[in-house]
Amino acid sequence: MKILQLKDVKYIANKQTLLDIPHFSLQQGDLLGIIGPNGAGKSTLLKVLSFLQAPTKGQVLYKGEEKQANSLNLELRRRFAVALQQSLLFDTTVHNNVALGLKLRKENKTVINEKVDYWLEKFNVASLSKKNARSLSGGEAQRVNLARALILAPEVLFLDEPFSALDFPTKAQLIQDFKEILNDTSTTTFFVSHDLLEIRHLTKSLAVIIDGNVKQMGNTKEVIEQPNEATAPFLNKWKELYTL
Amino acid sequence: MEIFIDGIIKAIKMILSGDKEVFDITYTTLQVCLTAILISTVVGIPLGVLLGLNSFPGKKIVLVFVNIGMGLPPVVAGLYITMLLWRSGPLGNLGLLYTTHAIIMAQVLVSLPIIIGLTAAAFQQIDHKMLMQIKALGATGFQRIGLLLRETKLAILAAIMAGLGRVLAEVGAAMMVGGNIKGDTRILTTSMVMEVSKGNFDVAIALSFILMSLAFMITFLLTILQQRKQRV
Ligand SMILES: Nc1ncnc2c1ncn2[C@@H]1O[C@H](COP(=O)(O)OP(=O)(O)O)[C@@H](O)[C@H]1O
Ligand SMILES: [Mg+2]
Repeated sequence: MKILQLKDVKYIANKQTLLDIPHFSLQQGDLLGIIGPNGAGKSTLLKVLSFLQAPTKGQVLYKGEEKQANSLNLELRRRFAVALQQSLLFDTTVHNNVALGLKLRKENKTVINEKVDYWLEKFNVASLSKKNARSLSGGEAQRVNLARALILAPEVLFLDEPFSALDFPTKAQLIQDFKEILNDTSTTTFFVSHDLLEIRHLTKSLAVIIDGNVKQMGNTKEVIEQPNEATAPFLNKWKELYTL
Repeated sequence: MEIFIDGIIKAIKMILSGDKEVFDITYTTLQVCLTAILISTVVGIPLGVLLGLNSFPGKKIVLVFVNIGMGLPPVVAGLYITMLLWRSGPLGNLGLLYTTHAIIMAQVLVSLPIIIGLTAAAFQQIDHKMLMQIKALGATGFQRIGLLLRETKLAILAAIMAGLGRVLAEVGAAMMVGGNIKGDTRILTTSMVMEVSKGNFDVAIALSFILMSLAFMITFLLTILQQRKQRV
């Protein structure tokens, strides 16, 4: 089932068309990677799909129904979770940070505490629970950031380059842990990255976005093995690196 | 030098003896200044938040006026309030001139722009990614502002302290609209001006000690509040 869809979407800012997407859909249960060069419009697409920003033109559909990205759509937005490259944690304990989304939803305290403990454990950061979140290392902070998103049991998890700021060993370990967690929860995931290694390791399908257009979409392996004319220059650069 | 030492000794005696007049003046000062800063805070923070978070046509002009207001000379504020409350003025029939209400109005006028301006600046500095993250966490409009106020707590409390400093130090406007009436609108600063003009340095020094202690204690409390570890 298509959980999210775009129809004739354009996003225009300062007279520049940042996004021009006639058709796009995210299947329930998919683990979709979005790759493309810097400035291609990946983050803009994420904001439009997660109802954080309305497109200039066109429709965004949730389970086949057109919905508006406005403040009345709180109930809809609360079905999703977003984690960005910067962990953007609040100046309070790790526990409180992970609890925040559920607190905002006025969830029962005991339930919140149980869930927080569960997710901190899942991400191997249970020992940091009482620490101030601003004192964490980059890798720890990103684990807390992801726990803060997944605790919401989102219908769609949106990730915008969550590993990009991490050094390689930290990143490798986190990606491995994260992959297991995603397998366990089978959360529908929209994963933005500019790193083909991450994409290949984590995703089932892949969309390549260049200059605001989706140039190719399909099974991750197939797209990487058979890039089209538009995507080959970008994807082949990565492939040259692999064979080093 | 002798005047100074004599003054200090007399001042300490005066404070320790619990002089009724000094007590009244201090009480009026506290009442007036705290009321003024409370009004400025309650009105100024929401306005600063609105101004900092939203963009609308004419926002820059509004900011210019707020910033001018931050440096508004108190005597000018006093002049406007006096004209407003003058018998034949727009609010003349309220009979507020030369009352503590008039002083509060003048003090709100000089401290409100500081609180609006510094709150707006703190909110304008918030990373737009943070705003997006908060929205994405499922915060309602009010919850979002609550979280942002916590994030900007240091700056907001600094704004309140700056406003309070101005209110406590202010003398020109209080003199003009309050009239320094004994047992009524006399506050520490106006009283000091009067005592100095009469050559009563000892009394003036005593009053200055009290004024500084008040400023110290209130600022101390606010700083403790500001520096306290936060919880969300
Ligand atoms: N609000 C905006 N106004 C104008 N240009 C923007 C705005 N937001 C992003 N851009 C530009 O739009 C392009 C796409 O941005 P973005 O979606 O962040 O790309 P990506 O995430 O793929 O790097 C970039 O060139 C960026 O500079
Ligand atoms: Mg981006």
